[in-house]
Amino acid sequence: MAVYSDGVMADPNDPLDQLAAWRSSGRNAALATVVRTWGSSPRPVGSLLAISDRGEMEGSVSGGCVEAAVVEAALEVIRGGSPQLLEFGVSDESAWSVGLTCGGQLEVFVEKVE
Amino acid sequence: MKSATLERLRAARAEKKLTALVTDLESGAERLFIDGEVIDDETTGTSAPSHHSIAATDGVVAAVAEACRKDTSRVIEDGSRRLLVRVFHPPKRLLVIGAVHIAQSLAVMAREAGYAVVLIDPRDSWATPERFPNTEIDRRWPEESLADLAIDRRTAVVTLSHDPKLDEPALSAALASDAFYVGALGSRRTHARRLDRLRENGFDDEQLSRIRGPVGLDIGAVSPAEIAVSILAEITQQLRVA
Repeated sequence: MAVYSDGVMADPNDPLDQLAAWRSSGRNAALATVVRTWGSSPRPVGSLLAISDRGEMEGSVSGGCVEAAVVEAALEVIRGGSPQLLEFGVSDESAWSVGLTCGGQLEVFVEKVE
Repeated sequence: MKSATLERLRAARAEKKLTALVTDLESGAERLFIDGEVIDDETTGTSAPSHHSIAATDGVVAAVAEACRKDTSRVIEDGSRRLLVRVFHPPKRLLVIGAVHIAQSLAVMAREAGYAVVLIDPRDSWATPERFPNTEIDRRWPEESLADLAIDRRTAVVTLSHDPKLDEPALSAALASDAFYVGALGSRRTHARRLDRLRENGFDDEQLSRIRGPVGLDIGAVSPAEIAVSILAEITQQLRVA
């Protein structure tokens, strides 16, 4: 546990606290949230991933399958300002056989903290 | 998300308030709810909708209430809009008094159900890390430890020690708090005697009716693990249905 300048107890492993820490040090940041899942997505609706303008992350929206793409979109959202809705998934049953770690589909909302 | 919203969310969470944030998935417009109350827009200072805030219609308010009750974030359709309702509740906690056999099962099960578990028992040979691996152990007397642990409405308290010196101060502290669940192990006769003593200490029948005793749902549980199931089931029922 650590205390940041605003005085609210902060946990560096908490996405919201991490966002606040980045913002208070003058950095831009975005928040990604799982809004819908189908099939075997590993993280439930409401799961959060905080992303800094340097591409640092805290939290998760999947078991690691889509985080890289979410970070890329987040950097775009940080530059442009408008939120984005991202869809990830496999529409083809055969995709399972190539060993995708998460066979589910998910929708992720990415917004800038401003 | 506006920085001001982020700060309000974090402050409310630190104060153990129940918070929900509604966000328009297209525009990013948002509206914060704290303890079910509509929070005024930071820029306009009113609850009226603007281009960056959402009207708290009856439908939105009902959806927020439902999401908060079930403690799950979700997307709702509001006319042609899709709204994301994110619930940011403080973590659920379970304070267990008495490092008995039932507590060993209950600590594991409750952790699986998403509770931060604190085991309270000042008796050295009972509350050991060997018997309770991966569980936070508090060896202070319940009176002192419960005062320090700041019981809130996301906290359940259950006494299992069979020792009135441990159980009753804990129950007194729990009854004086917002704990959403208070349970006490013991037979009907033990429980009746316990209630008599608590009554002598100034609690009235309405306050005492908060104590679930004999503890747990009546599922015919026999073994310690089965009793732990019945207790966790009762805690879940109180959290979700009450």
